[in-house]
Amino acid sequence: MKSLEELKAIRERMQNKVILREGSAEKRIVVGMATCGIAAGARPVLNTFVEEIAKRNLTGTVEVGQTGCIGMCRFEPIVEVFEGDSRVTYVHVDPAKAKEIVEKHIVGGEPIVEYTVGAAEK
Amino acid sequence: MKELSLNILDIAQNSIHAEASLVTIRLTETETTLKLEIIDDGKGMSAAFLERVTDPFSTTRTTRKVGMGLPLLKLAAEQTGGYLSISSRERALHPEDHGTEVTAFFHKDHLDFTPLGDVISTVVSLVQGSPDVDFCFLHLLPGKRVELDTRELREVLGDIPLSSPEVLVWIRDTLEEQYSGE
Repeated sequence: MKSLEELKAIRERMQNKVILREGSAEKRIVVGMATCGIAAGARPVLNTFVEEIAKRNLTGTVEVGQTGCIGMCRFEPIVEVFEGDSRVTYVHVDPAKAKEIVEKHIVGGEPIVEYTVGAAEK
Repeated sequence: MKELSLNILDIAQNSIHAEASLVTIRLTETETTLKLEIIDDGKGMSAAFLERVTDPFSTTRTTRKVGMGLPLLKLAAEQTGGYLSISSRERALHPEDHGTEVTAFFHKDHLDFTPLGDVISTVVSLVQGSPDVDFCFLHLLPGKRVELDTRELREVLGDIPLSSPEVLVWIRDTLEEQYSGE
Protein backbone atom coordinates (compact mmCIF):
# COMPACT_ATOMS: atom_id res chain seq x y z
CA MET A 1 0.00 0.00 0.00
CA LYS A 2 1.11 3.50 -0.80
CA SER A 3 2.62 4.88 2.33
CA LEU A 4 0.57 6.65 4.93
CA GLU A 5 3.68 8.79 5.39
CA GLU A 6 2.80 10.51 2.14
CA LEU A 7 -0.66 11.16 3.48
CA LYS A 8 0.85 12.70 6.61
CA ALA A 9 2.94 14.96 4.38
CA ILE A 10 -0.26 16.03 2.59
CA ARG A 11 -1.81 16.87 5.93
CA GLU A 12 1.17 18.94 7.01
CA ARG A 13 1.19 20.84 3.71
CA MET A 14 -2.51 21.53 3.95
CA GLN A 15 -2.59 22.55 7.56
CA ASN A 16 -0.59 25.59 6.59
CA LYS A 17 -3.31 26.62 4.19
CA VAL A 18 -6.60 28.05 5.28
CA ILE A 19 -9.15 25.29 4.94
CA LEU A 20 -11.90 26.29 2.62
CA ARG A 21 -15.35 26.32 4.12
CA GLU A 22 -18.06 24.94 1.95
CA GLY A 23 -19.84 27.68 0.04
CA SER A 24 -16.99 30.15 0.27
CA ALA A 25 -15.67 29.46 -3.24
CA GLU A 26 -16.25 32.06 -5.95
CA LYS A 27 -17.42 29.53 -8.48
CA ARG A 28 -19.08 26.18 -8.09
CA ILE A 29 -19.14 23.47 -10.75
CA VAL A 30 -21.88 20.88 -10.23
CA VAL A 31 -22.00 17.62 -12.19
CA GLY A 32 -25.20 15.56 -12.45
CA MET A 33 -24.35 12.11 -11.06
CA ALA A 34 -27.67 10.25 -10.96
CA THR A 35 -28.26 7.03 -12.94
CA CYS A 36 -28.95 9.01 -16.12
CA GLY A 37 -25.82 11.15 -15.77
CA ILE A 38 -23.55 8.22 -14.93
CA ALA A 39 -24.88 6.16 -17.84
CA ALA A 40 -24.31 9.09 -20.20
CA GLY A 41 -20.67 9.52 -19.15
CA ALA A 42 -20.65 11.87 -16.14
CA ARG A 43 -17.91 10.07 -14.21
CA PRO A 44 -14.98 11.00 -16.50
CA VAL A 45 -16.43 14.52 -16.77
CA LEU A 46 -16.42 14.88 -12.98
CA ASN A 47 -12.89 13.54 -12.75
CA THR A 48 -11.70 15.89 -15.48
CA PHE A 49 -13.04 18.89 -13.55
CA VAL A 50 -11.42 17.69 -10.32
CA GLU A 51 -8.07 17.18 -12.06
CA GLU A 52 -8.16 20.47 -13.96
CA ILE A 53 -9.05 22.47 -10.84
CA ALA A 54 -6.22 20.81 -8.91
CA LYS A 55 -3.76 21.21 -11.78
CA ARG A 56 -4.49 24.91 -12.16
CA ASN A 57 -4.31 25.47 -8.42
CA LEU A 58 -7.88 26.76 -8.27
CA THR A 59 -8.83 24.68 -5.23
CA GLY A 60 -9.45 27.74 -3.08
CA THR A 61 -11.68 29.59 -5.52
CA VAL A 62 -13.53 26.86 -7.40
CA GLU A 63 -15.53 24.05 -5.86
CA VAL A 64 -16.58 20.86 -7.66
CA GLY A 65 -19.77 19.18 -6.48
CA GLN A 66 -22.18 16.44 -7.47
CA THR A 67 -25.93 16.45 -7.72
CA GLY A 68 -28.77 14.11 -8.63
CA CYS A 69 -31.12 14.09 -11.57
CA ILE A 70 -32.55 17.47 -12.50
CA GLY A 71 -35.12 16.07 -14.89
CA MET A 72 -33.46 16.64 -18.25
CA CYS A 73 -31.96 13.16 -18.68
CA ARG A 74 -31.71 13.42 -22.46
CA PHE A 75 -29.20 16.25 -22.06
CA GLU A 76 -26.86 14.39 -19.70
CA PRO A 77 -24.04 14.70 -18.80
CA ILE A 78 -25.20 18.07 -17.47
CA VAL A 79 -22.87 20.50 -15.73
CA GLU A 80 -23.94 23.68 -14.00
CA VAL A 81 -21.60 26.53 -13.20
CA PHE A 82 -22.72 28.82 -10.38
CA GLU A 83 -21.21 32.22 -9.75
CA GLY A 84 -22.97 34.63 -7.45
CA ASP A 85 -26.58 34.65 -8.60
CA SER A 86 -25.86 33.42 -12.09
CA ARG A 87 -26.05 29.89 -13.38
CA VAL A 88 -24.91 28.48 -16.69
CA THR A 89 -26.14 25.00 -17.65
CA TYR A 90 -23.95 22.98 -20.01
CA VAL A 91 -25.32 19.87 -21.70
CA HIS A 92 -23.84 16.76 -23.36
CA VAL A 93 -20.53 17.51 -21.68
CA ASP A 94 -17.55 15.21 -22.29
CA PRO A 95 -14.00 15.41 -20.88
CA ALA A 96 -12.78 17.57 -23.80
CA LYS A 97 -15.64 20.05 -23.31
CA ALA A 98 -14.99 19.99 -19.56
CA LYS A 99 -11.41 21.10 -20.14
CA GLU A 100 -12.60 23.84 -22.43
CA ILE A 101 -15.19 25.01 -19.88
CA VAL A 102 -12.45 25.31 -17.24
CA GLU A 103 -10.20 27.20 -19.62
CA LYS A 104 -12.71 29.60 -21.17
CA HIS A 105 -15.42 29.99 -18.54
CA ILE A 106 -13.83 29.27 -15.15
CA VAL A 107 -10.47 30.86 -15.89
CA GLY A 108 -11.36 33.17 -18.78
CA GLY A 109 -14.75 34.30 -17.46
CA GLU A 110 -16.55 33.75 -20.77
CA PRO A 111 -19.30 31.10 -20.83
CA ILE A 112 -19.26 28.88 -23.94
CA VAL A 113 -22.72 29.61 -25.30
CA GLU A 114 -22.75 26.84 -27.91
CA TYR A 115 -22.50 24.12 -25.19
CA THR A 116 -25.35 25.48 -23.08
CA VAL A 117 -28.86 24.09 -22.78
CA GLY A 118 -30.18 27.22 -24.46
CA ALA A 119 -28.22 26.43 -27.63
CA ALA A 120 -29.11 22.72 -27.52
CA GLU A 121 -32.83 23.39 -27.35
CA LYS A 122 -32.88 25.59 -30.44
CA MET B 1 -24.21 1.06 -18.33
CA LYS B 2 -21.01 0.33 -20.23
CA GLU B 3 -19.07 -0.79 -17.15
CA LEU B 4 -20.11 -2.52 -13.93
CA SER B 5 -18.07 0.05 -12.05
CA LEU B 6 -20.63 2.63 -13.19
CA ASN B 7 -23.44 0.53 -11.69
CA ILE B 8 -21.41 0.39 -8.46
CA LEU B 9 -21.10 4.18 -8.42
CA ASP B 10 -24.83 4.48 -9.01
CA ILE B 11 -25.93 1.95 -6.38
CA ALA B 12 -23.52 3.30 -3.74
CA GLN B 13 -25.26 6.68 -4.13
CA ASN B 14 -28.41 5.00 -2.79
CA SER B 15 -26.49 4.13 0.39
CA ILE B 16 -25.32 7.72 0.74
CA HIS B 17 -28.85 8.93 0.16
CA ALA B 18 -30.00 6.53 2.90
CA GLU B 19 -27.75 8.42 5.34
CA ALA B 20 -25.14 5.68 5.66
CA SER B 21 -22.01 6.50 7.63
CA LEU B 22 -20.10 3.51 6.27
CA VAL B 23 -20.45 1.96 2.82
CA THR B 24 -18.60 -1.28 2.16
CA ILE B 25 -17.98 -2.28 -1.44
CA ARG B 26 -16.65 -5.79 -1.76
CA LEU B 27 -15.73 -7.50 -5.02
CA THR B 28 -14.83 -11.16 -4.97
CA GLU B 29 -13.57 -12.68 -8.19
CA THR B 30 -12.64 -16.13 -9.35
CA GLU B 31 -11.51 -16.95 -12.87
CA THR B 32 -15.12 -17.26 -13.99
CA THR B 33 -17.31 -15.45 -11.46
CA LEU B 34 -17.66 -12.05 -9.84
CA LYS B 35 -19.60 -11.27 -6.71
CA LEU B 36 -20.38 -7.66 -5.86
CA GLU B 37 -21.58 -6.69 -2.41
CA ILE B 38 -22.58 -3.18 -1.37
CA ILE B 39 -23.31 -3.02 2.34
CA ASP B 40 -24.37 0.08 4.23
CA ASP B 41 -25.52 1.14 7.67
CA GLY B 42 -28.13 3.55 6.33
CA LYS B 43 -31.78 3.80 7.22
CA GLY B 44 -32.82 0.68 5.33
CA MET B 45 -36.09 0.00 3.55
CA SER B 46 -39.46 -1.25 4.68
CA ALA B 47 -40.44 -4.79 3.68
CA ALA B 48 -43.06 -3.34 1.34
CA PHE B 49 -40.57 -1.07 -0.44
CA LEU B 50 -37.99 -3.86 -0.60
CA GLU B 51 -40.46 -6.03 -2.46
CA ARG B 52 -40.84 -3.58 -5.33
CA VAL B 53 -37.42 -1.97 -5.27
CA THR B 54 -36.16 -3.64 -8.45
CA ASP B 55 -39.24 -2.46 -10.30
CA PRO B 56 -38.25 0.57 -12.40
CA PHE B 57 -41.43 2.32 -11.37
CA SER B 58 -40.44 2.59 -7.76
CA THR B 59 -38.06 5.27 -6.56
CA THR B 60 -37.40 7.53 -3.61
CA ARG B 61 -36.96 10.35 -6.04
CA THR B 62 -39.38 13.18 -5.68
CA THR B 63 -38.90 14.75 -9.10
CA ARG B 64 -40.56 11.81 -10.82
CA LYS B 65 -41.68 8.27 -10.25
CA VAL B 66 -39.05 6.20 -12.07
CA GLY B 67 -35.78 4.80 -10.71
CA MET B 68 -33.48 2.74 -12.90
CA GLY B 69 -30.47 2.03 -10.67
CA LEU B 70 -31.30 -1.36 -9.18
CA PRO B 71 -33.26 -2.62 -12.22
CA LEU B 72 -30.17 -1.98 -14.38
CA LEU B 73 -27.88 -3.85 -11.99
CA LYS B 74 -30.37 -6.72 -11.80
CA LEU B 75 -30.47 -6.92 -15.59
CA ALA B 76 -26.65 -6.84 -15.81
CA ALA B 77 -26.39 -9.76 -13.37
CA GLU B 78 -29.24 -11.86 -14.72
CA GLN B 79 -28.16 -11.57 -18.33
CA THR B 80 -24.98 -13.50 -17.37
CA GLY B 81 -27.02 -16.23 -15.63
CA GLY B 82 -26.35 -14.61 -12.25
CA TYR B 83 -28.67 -12.95 -9.76
CA LEU B 84 -29.34 -9.89 -7.64
CA SER B 85 -30.45 -10.09 -4.03
CA ILE B 86 -31.21 -7.37 -1.54
CA SER B 87 -31.79 -7.53 2.17
CA SER B 88 -32.54 -4.61 4.39
CA ARG B 89 -33.21 -3.77 8.02
CA GLU B 90 -35.18 -0.62 8.52
CA ARG B 91 -33.94 1.90 11.08
CA ALA B 92 -37.44 2.46 12.41
CA LEU B 93 -37.68 -1.22 13.42
CA HIS B 94 -34.01 -1.94 14.15
CA PRO B 95 -32.59 1.23 15.67
CA GLU B 96 -29.34 -0.50 16.72
CA ASP B 97 -28.58 -2.55 13.64
CA HIS B 98 -29.94 -1.26 10.37
CA GLY B 99 -28.85 -0.96 6.77
CA THR B 100 -29.04 -2.52 3.35
CA GLU B 101 -27.04 -5.20 1.61
CA VAL B 102 -27.09 -5.54 -2.15
CA THR B 103 -25.46 -8.62 -3.67
CA ALA B 104 -25.02 -9.18 -7.38
CA PHE B 105 -23.50 -12.30 -8.85
CA PHE B 106 -22.09 -12.52 -12.38
CA HIS B 107 -20.73 -15.23 -14.62
CA LYS B 108 -17.74 -13.57 -16.25
CA ASP B 109 -17.47 -16.12 -19.04
CA HIS B 110 -20.96 -15.31 -20.28
CA LEU B 111 -21.16 -13.38 -23.53
CA ASP B 112 -23.33 -10.71 -21.91
CA PHE B 113 -21.02 -10.02 -18.99
CA THR B 114 -20.36 -6.29 -18.67
CA PRO B 115 -16.70 -5.69 -17.82
CA LEU B 116 -15.93 -4.17 -14.44
CA GLY B 117 -14.14 -1.22 -16.01
CA ASP B 118 -12.52 1.63 -14.14
CA VAL B 119 -13.40 0.84 -10.56
CA ILE B 120 -10.70 3.22 -9.27
CA SER B 121 -12.55 6.19 -10.78
CA THR B 122 -15.70 4.98 -9.09
CA VAL B 123 -14.03 4.97 -5.66
CA VAL B 124 -12.48 8.40 -6.27
CA SER B 125 -15.83 9.83 -7.44
CA LEU B 126 -17.62 8.49 -4.36
CA VAL B 127 -15.08 9.97 -1.94
CA GLN B 128 -15.10 13.25 -3.85
CA GLY B 129 -18.88 13.52 -3.66
CA SER B 130 -19.31 12.38 -0.06
CA PRO B 131 -16.16 13.14 1.93
CA ASP B 132 -17.97 12.74 5.24
CA VAL B 133 -19.09 9.19 4.52
CA ASP B 134 -16.64 6.35 5.10
CA PHE B 135 -15.96 3.86 2.34
CA CYS B 136 -14.41 0.46 2.75
CA PHE B 137 -13.40 -0.90 -0.63
CA LEU B 138 -12.12 -4.44 -0.98
CA HIS B 139 -11.38 -6.26 -4.22
CA LEU B 140 -10.30 -9.87 -3.98
CA LEU B 141 -8.89 -11.34 -7.18
CA PRO B 142 -7.13 -14.65 -7.65
CA GLY B 143 -3.76 -14.02 -6.00
CA LYS B 144 -4.40 -10.34 -5.38
CA ARG B 145 -6.05 -8.13 -2.79
CA VAL B 146 -6.78 -4.44 -3.27
CA GLU B 147 -8.20 -2.39 -0.46
CA LEU B 148 -8.87 1.09 0.78
CA ASP B 149 -10.55 2.10 4.02
CA THR B 150 -11.22 5.80 4.39
CA ARG B 151 -11.46 5.40 8.18
CA GLU B 152 -7.71 4.76 8.22
CA LEU B 153 -7.06 7.79 6.02
CA ARG B 154 -9.25 9.96 8.21
CA GLU B 155 -7.16 9.01 11.23
CA VAL B 156 -4.03 10.29 9.52
CA LEU B 157 -5.66 13.33 7.92
CA GLY B 158 -7.43 14.74 10.95
CA ASP B 159 -9.67 17.57 9.79
CA ILE B 160 -8.28 17.73 6.24
CA PRO B 161 -11.26 16.80 4.02
CA LEU B 162 -10.99 13.53 2.10
CA SER B 163 -12.21 15.42 -0.97
CA SER B 164 -9.06 17.56 -1.12
CA PRO B 165 -7.55 17.14 -4.59
CA GLU B 166 -4.19 16.01 -3.15
CA VAL B 167 -5.94 13.30 -1.13
CA LEU B 168 -7.98 12.16 -4.15
CA VAL B 169 -4.77 11.85 -6.15
CA TRP B 170 -3.23 9.81 -3.33
CA ILE B 171 -6.27 7.49 -3.30
CA ARG B 172 -6.04 6.99 -7.06
CA ASP B 173 -2.29 6.30 -6.83
CA THR B 174 -2.57 3.85 -3.95
CA LEU B 175 -5.25 1.85 -5.74
CA GLU B 176 -3.36 1.86 -9.04
CA GLU B 177 -0.26 0.69 -7.22
CA GLN B 178 -2.13 -2.19 -5.60
CA TYR B 179 -3.69 -3.30 -8.89
CA SER B 180 -0.41 -3.21 -10.78
CA GLY B 181 1.64 -4.84 -8.00
CA GLU B 182 2.16 -8.57 -7.71
